[in-house]
Order: sequence, then structure tokens, then C-alpha cells
Amino acid sequence: MSAVASLELDASKVGEAAEAIHVENLHKKFGSLHVLKGVSVSARDGEVVAIIGGSGSGKSTLLRCINCLENPTSGLIRVNGEEIRLKPDGNGGSVPADRRQIERIRSRLGMVFQSFNLWSHMTLLENVIEVPVHVLGVKRQEAIEVAERLLARVGLAEKRDVYPAFLSGGQQQRGAIARALAIQPRVMLFDEPTSALDPELVGEVLKVIGDLAQEGRTMVLVTHEMKFARQVASHVIYLHEGVVEEEGPPEQIFGAPRSERLKQFLRNIH
Amino acid sequence: MLSALFGASTLELLSFNPPGWGATLARGLLASLQIAFGAYGLGLLIGMGGAYGKLYGGPVVRDLLEVYTTVVRAVPELVLILLLYYAGTDLINRLLDVFGYAPIDINGLVAGIGVLAFVQGAYATEVLRGAILGIPQGQIEAARAYGMPPGTMLRRITVPAMLPFAIPGMANLWLIATKDTALLAIVGFGELTQATRQAAGATKAYFTFFMAANILYLAVTLLSNVVLGRVERWSRRGMPATAGAGR
Repeated sequence: MSAVASLELDASKVGEAAEAIHVENLHKKFGSLHVLKGVSVSARDGEVVAIIGGSGSGKSTLLRCINCLENPTSGLIRVNGEEIRLKPDGNGGSVPADRRQIERIRSRLGMVFQSFNLWSHMTLLENVIEVPVHVLGVKRQEAIEVAERLLARVGLAEKRDVYPAFLSGGQQQRGAIARALAIQPRVMLFDEPTSALDPELVGEVLKVIGDLAQEGRTMVLVTHEMKFARQVASHVIYLHEGVVEEEGPPEQIFGAPRSERLKQFLRNIH
Repeated sequence: MLSALFGASTLELLSFNPPGWGATLARGLLASLQIAFGAYGLGLLIGMGGAYGKLYGGPVVRDLLEVYTTVVRAVPELVLILLLYYAGTDLINRLLDVFGYAPIDINGLVAGIGVLAFVQGAYATEVLRGAILGIPQGQIEAARAYGMPPGTMLRRITVPAMLPFAIPGMANLWLIATKDTALLAIVGFGELTQATRQAAGATKAYFTFFMAANILYLAVTLLSNVVLGRVERWSRRGMPATAGAGR
């Protein structure tokens, strides 16, 4: 048992320069709608990958395929060097073959949603300790100590006993980031984290995300905030109609775009 | 004034000591409550399974559950009770006979609970199905995204998140359960209504005993309302107050 566990650990470590996320030739169809047409993305440890693109470009779907919230139609997904085993679903798509494997992988991916999705029947603190205590098996007292530190970090220490419905959107999203951090994620996944916020609340959330980027966390970020993506990303991917149209360092993507479509996209944004 | 209305012997008739029938009524009430609790609890379990089956089950499971909820909700409860009570116990004994066991005398309490739970389960299935559909999808998605196993998700997220939507309907079902117990009088089970009939028939004091029974049913309802109101307020603890919620 322990031998197997240590083998798995080694396997994830030796994966050259530690690729945290590796997606290869990913396809996703919703019925006849072909949303992702063979997308490949990778994020190394410590890298911040920003995915940009117009609405309907498939950027959220791509992010949601990484932890199989959407089941990819076909393709290969590796998280920390471990390939997600997929099996045919009988409808031409695929589903995770091993429920325990996908649960284990998900429990180390810190997902932050556009609409926060905090559990409404739990206080902020209860939200943050929920996964550590009930999924990862951390002792409650330890989880509370960690949660209090994280809530202080996102500026919500005094809101620990408040229910989400009584918080502003910005506070909820910062709380959701604390919940994601509490699982000690290998990778943080952000799905348009500021798109549902009032404009005056966007800054406080971006500041928290920016700080995380600075301390060298691995992150995959789907965003509409181009200025922010340029600041924090180490690698930018521009998706257009389910295809990676252009990718590269932010200076290239935003400073000297090559693709005509990307140029037009950036013009329309500003 | 009370004694003028009911006659001087009213208190004597309701007394707990013979020749009063108070003890009979109290035993009847206790039996009614036992059946109501049992049927409601079992019905809740059936309803939870039914709701899950209807929402996430395969086509066969879904069709079977559709037949169950449709039939039970289509046939008058009195008919169902007669059918299940007599035909059900008969069927069990026939089955026992086929497998070579001696027939058993099925306890009235157990049979009553079983029959009413079967009826309650059909209604609870629909109430809980609606409540599960009322949960904001993002909360379930967040649980999935963090790798919660299905059992943990049910216990920690789905059930508490659906409670605010389920409680008004489930509170109704509880009140219906307490009064459906009276239907078991038809099969001669000694619950409150049957006990009242007995007492009234023996003493000819119909008004006295049926009024007494009504007051007992009313008391059960009033007490239930207090408890259910508290449960509803608790279940809505994470929700901003809206006019009239959880009164």
C-alpha cells in the first residue's frame, strides 16, 4: 500500500519540470455544436496561464474540462502527471472511468467560479473548512486555524460567521478564493472570477488573485480583464471558435499580436 | 358553562379512571402518533429514494417510480388502505405459505405504518424532487468540483440545501400523516378515531367524545406548527429574511 503511494508520488514529481496541467487535442461537442476542436494547453508549476477569447470561444468549457466538470468528448488530460482515465459514455463522448480517481484529482484543484457558488447554508468559515474536513480528512480544529488565516488574508476575518447571502459579491468571491486555497491546491482554476461583479468590486478580487500569482502559485485563469491578464500571466492563450488561434508570453499577445483575429479582438475590447 | 353545555357527567366520562374513557382515548392518541411518526419517517426515506431515482435513475427506475407516484396519488387513500391492509397482509401470508412457513398475524401497528408510509412516500417523492430541483445548480457543481463523493454530497450539500424548499411541503405531509391515521379506524385498528367511536358507542355521548377527539387532533396540529416553524426558520438560516418566511 505505502509502496504504491510513494510510487505515485514519485511519478508526479519526475514529470519533466513538473507539468501541473497538460491537455492534449481536446474535443468537446454539445450535441452537434463543436465547442472545442482539438485544443492543447499546458501549465508548468508556478506558471500563470491566462485564457482569453470572445464569448462562445470555448474558454470556460476548456477550463471546466480540466477537472471533468464537463466531460470531454475526446482528448487527453493530465493533472500533476496523472492521466485522467476516460471511458466511452455510449453516446460518442467520454466520462471519467474511475470515480475515485477523478474525486482525488478534483480535491487538489482549487476551482473558483464566475458566480462564486458558496454553499448558502454554511457560514463563510464553514464553507472554507468543508472540503478539508469532509473530503480530505483534516482535523476540524486544524482546518479552522488554516481557514482563519486564509480569511484574514483575503480580508474577511471578521466575516467568518456570516452566511454568503449577507456578503457583497466581491466578499463572496474572496471567500470562494479562500475556500479554494484551503484545500492546498496544486493548481488554481479561475472561471471568469470577476465577470459577475459590479465594476467597483472587481479591483478587490483582482488584487487577491494578483497576490496569489506573485507568490508563484500555478493558476489557469479564464478572464475578460485584459489589463490584468497582461500583468499576471506568464503565458496567454487566445481561443477563437474552439481553436487556439495564438499563444505566447503576454508581451507578444498584447504588444505584438500576429493573428488578424486576435488584433481585431483586442481592438474591440479597448 | 362547560358543564351546562356538555352535561354534568362529561368530566366523569372523560376521566382516566373507569367508568371514564379518558385512558382509552389517550391510548388511541398514542397509537395515532406512533403510526404518524413511523409512517412519516418511512415515507420520508421512500420519498428521498424516490426523488433520487426519478432525477438520476435509469429509464426503468424512472418509469417504475412514475407508475408508483401516479397510482398512489390517483387512488383514494381509503381504498388504498383497504386494499393494502387486507390484500397486503393476505399476500404476505400466501408468500409465506408458498415458501413453507406458517402464516403470521401481522401486527396492526406495523401494517398501519407500512400502508400509510407507502402512501406518504409517493407524495414525499414529488415534494423532495421539486426541492432538489430548487437547489441552485452552482452549489452542487462546487461540491463536484471539490471532489465530494456522492454520499458526502447528499449529506453535506444536497439535503441541507434543499431543506428550505422541502419544508413547506413536508410540513403539509406531516399534518396529513397525523390525520390519515384516522383512516385506519376502518380496518378496526385502535387509534384515536376508533377509540372515540368505541367510547361514544358505549356511552351514547357522541358529542362529548368526538369533540374531545377533535381537540386532541387540534392540539397535535398546534404543537406541530410550533416545531415545524422552528425547523423552517433554522433551515433558512443562510437566507435573507423575506416577508412572512418561516413564521
